[in-house]
Amino acid sequence: MSDSNNKWIGENTIRPDGADKVTGRAAFAADTSMPGMIWGKVLRSPHAHAVIKSIDTSKAEALPGVKAVMTAADIVDFPVDTPVALGIQDMRWMCRNVMAREKALFHGHPVAAVAAMTEAIAAEACKLIEVDYDVLPHAIEIDDALADDAPILHDWMEFDGKPSNIAGTIEHSKGDVEAGFAEADVVIERDFTTRPVHQGYIEPHACLVSVASDNKTTIWSSSQGQFMVRAMVGLLTGLTQSDIRAIPAEIGGGFGGKTIVYLEPLATILSKKSGRPVKMTMTREEVMRASGPTSGSKSTIKIGVKKDGTITAAEGLYWLQAGGLPGAPVRGAVGCALAPYDIPNGHTLGYDVVCNRSKVAAYRAPGAPIGAFGVECVLDELAEEIGMDPLDLRLKNAAKEGTEAVHGPVYPVMGYVESLTSAKAHEHYNAPLGPNQGRGVASGFWFNAGGESSAQVNITEDGNVVVTTGHPDIGGSRAGIANICAELLGIDYKRISVLIGDTATIGFSNLTGGSRVLFASSMVVTESTRTVIRTLCELAAKIWDIDPDAVTWEDGEARPAGANAGKFDPLTLAELAARANETGGPIGAGAQVNTTGAEGGFGTHICDVEVDPELGIARVIRYTVLMDVGRAVHPAYVEGQMQGGAAQAIGWALNEEYLYDKDGKVDNPGFLDYRMPVASDLPMIDTHIIEVPNPKHPQGVRGVGEVPLVPGLAAVRNAVHNATGIRFNDLPLSPPRILAALDVREAAE
Amino acid sequence: MAKLHISTTINGEPEEFLCTPDETMLDVLRNQLDLTGAKEGCGSGDCGACSITLDGTLVCSCLMLAAEAEGKAITTIEGMAEGETLHPLQQKFLEEAALQCGICTPGMLIAAKALLDENPDPTETEVRFWLAGNLCRCTGYDKIIRAVLDTAADMRGAS
Repeated sequence: MSDSNNKWIGENTIRPDGADKVTGRAAFAADTSMPGMIWGKVLRSPHAHAVIKSIDTSKAEALPGVKAVMTAADIVDFPVDTPVALGIQDMRWMCRNVMAREKALFHGHPVAAVAAMTEAIAAEACKLIEVDYDVLPHAIEIDDALADDAPILHDWMEFDGKPSNIAGTIEHSKGDVEAGFAEADVVIERDFTTRPVHQGYIEPHACLVSVASDNKTTIWSSSQGQFMVRAMVGLLTGLTQSDIRAIPAEIGGGFGGKTIVYLEPLATILSKKSGRPVKMTMTREEVMRASGPTSGSKSTIKIGVKKDGTITAAEGLYWLQAGGLPGAPVRGAVGCALAPYDIPNGHTLGYDVVCNRSKVAAYRAPGAPIGAFGVECVLDELAEEIGMDPLDLRLKNAAKEGTEAVHGPVYPVMGYVESLTSAKAHEHYNAPLGPNQGRGVASGFWFNAGGESSAQVNITEDGNVVVTTGHPDIGGSRAGIANICAELLGIDYKRISVLIGDTATIGFSNLTGGSRVLFASSMVVTESTRTVIRTLCELAAKIWDIDPDAVTWEDGEARPAGANAGKFDPLTLAELAARANETGGPIGAGAQVNTTGAEGGFGTHICDVEVDPELGIARVIRYTVLMDVGRAVHPAYVEGQMQGGAAQAIGWALNEEYLYDKDGKVDNPGFLDYRMPVASDLPMIDTHIIEVPNPKHPQGVRGVGEVPLVPGLAAVRNAVHNATGIRFNDLPLSPPRILAALDVREAAE
Repeated sequence: MAKLHISTTINGEPEEFLCTPDETMLDVLRNQLDLTGAKEGCGSGDCGACSITLDGTLVCSCLMLAAEAEGKAITTIEGMAEGETLHPLQQKFLEEAALQCGICTPGMLIAAKALLDENPDPTETEVRFWLAGNLCRCTGYDKIIRAVLDTAADMRGAS
């Protein structure tokens, strides 16, 4: 739905930060430095599970060049018996994740940190720290953690009245599932597993922190939220938030993995102790060992349908790995699993399971791809069983306006059905396939999110515009904001600069995450811009000496509102700005809103693969993403989100996984062995943008960042099934796994 | 460790620096010469974010010892535009939204330029294999590949 009256919304403008990014000028966190700066380095646990009996840092402190050494004793402790929530994070786990307290819970868990004149000296000093460990048996996989004789990670954790590695459950229920299955003609129940995968942002975590002697603290860091950094560093170090200025560096990817802190509190403590600015960066190996991947999972999915394709009941049971501390994305899995469908009887239940891996962090629609995977695979099998086209089966049961989802909400107007009908009609879906090729489809849902957002719109004296928001720009959000502001003001988008404010210069704004940024920031930018326009009309009214209500704003200028207002030549933004001093002073307005009205997003994927029968390699040869985005404010960056999400899903489905050795140590902590898709692995990724505007947003925006990952795992798997005739229920579909299944089939034939 | 004195050329300008024998070119560029356009994504030559050219050959600066720069000519992303004029690849990356977070972009541009210098008329497959050493996690590569192919076509048309 494009509005022909729009000049900038829907235009593929050049992003305001573009020239900086293509010339190497843009300052990412590791690119900043300060006079007197020293380097911090982390000592990490060599054991997957061990009690820390004592730490002796004296030899490290004595090494020439070392300026400060710290351990968990320097971090504020949040005792485990009292929850302390900060957003969706609990500080009890955060304080133990940034540095091991009672126990090291995974190989690579920080145990101490050093700041020294050079990174090499800091690394040398780490080796001199003596840690006395009591090594314990470890549990890496879900089944290991749930076994009767499993090592229990936390003596304070109980489930069903017994010591357990289950940290909690989330459940959704609707109707009567047993009665629903009794009505079905066909019921299929299958078990699935997915492996932990890493967000894989190309920029490792990095920060530079300067703490002055009066505690005034400046933090430059790579994060998805400078206000999150301020709050967490404040809580973990005991500094007051108003003393901390968190400056968002350009961020080199996050996908959810930079919604928490790792290095910032350590660098802050080291800076305070040393009196020097401290820079810390992670190596890629540290990123892989000790920053959040998403969960591995196992699940059991059961769905019943009538012969005509009507789903009568569906059930999903999920176990998700949290890593060493509670917090697997269970809500996303159980909430999104059945969300695309109108199901009368549904039940989902998920378990949060701790194990001796690094603590998971959010990853693009956290939990939802895991939730959708099994459901979309079982639907594929049901379609085959009843002889129905898999898209028709989804259409028959598609959620639409008024549907009550299994996870609770009643849906407003939305474009899921359109994604299915567009897929059905798409040339891709109807193209012929060659030998060893197969086609798969799948759908997916993500909640999307609103939340706190702040913006300031200021008119410069020369009649241009500076917009400041509080959300790090992770994938082009500045461009969308410039388009919206230009549209509202009726001026060229190039006259608008979009800045990301730091915690001292803009009001509180929540994380860049949850597909919420353009939704929320454009709301506050719209409100601020409308206030600015009112002010401009008032200034014109003052100049013309008429009532402000008799002035309208059109095409970047104030005009008399109709013949009765009087005859005056229009006043442009630049003319009004130039006369601002004589008519009332600076022109600018801000807005701070806890935004609501984010509505869920839906998408459908079509994937073609070709499987090499000799090597077991499944290669994606064609891929199409169809998705309701509400309104594509900047279509090229919307497409980019759709393509990037699909590429991550392809990696998750085909190759990516953490491998561990018998000692519980990650065996593939680098890009060579942890195989993310490279350019030659992928085809062009087609996109089909569907625009069913969100009525609760001034521009109709829904979130677009996360839905694109959700259907991809099952779309790829269903394609591999179609190519081979084998139903693979365990990801990734790496060559050894496919080859083994082909060999088994050959032996049986 | 005694430091070595290195005389080299960076982005067309003579440059001298001191480095230890085990220091990488990437560390010297970033930490001594204030040329932070080359990024460290992996430190093991797998991601391409630190790509530079050495006497015209594409290299990962994280895998190159700084001492190897002696007498050679290095080009980094900071040397790609000519004054105010962006290289056609830089311009096309902007016009076609071939970057999202932007961390891989400098390395991607250096690698793409090295390709077009060698092969002004690459096929899509050739671009994909050439850029297989430059990881991007945001874009799914689609717009990057299109931008390189479109730039190549424009540059052939212009020459």
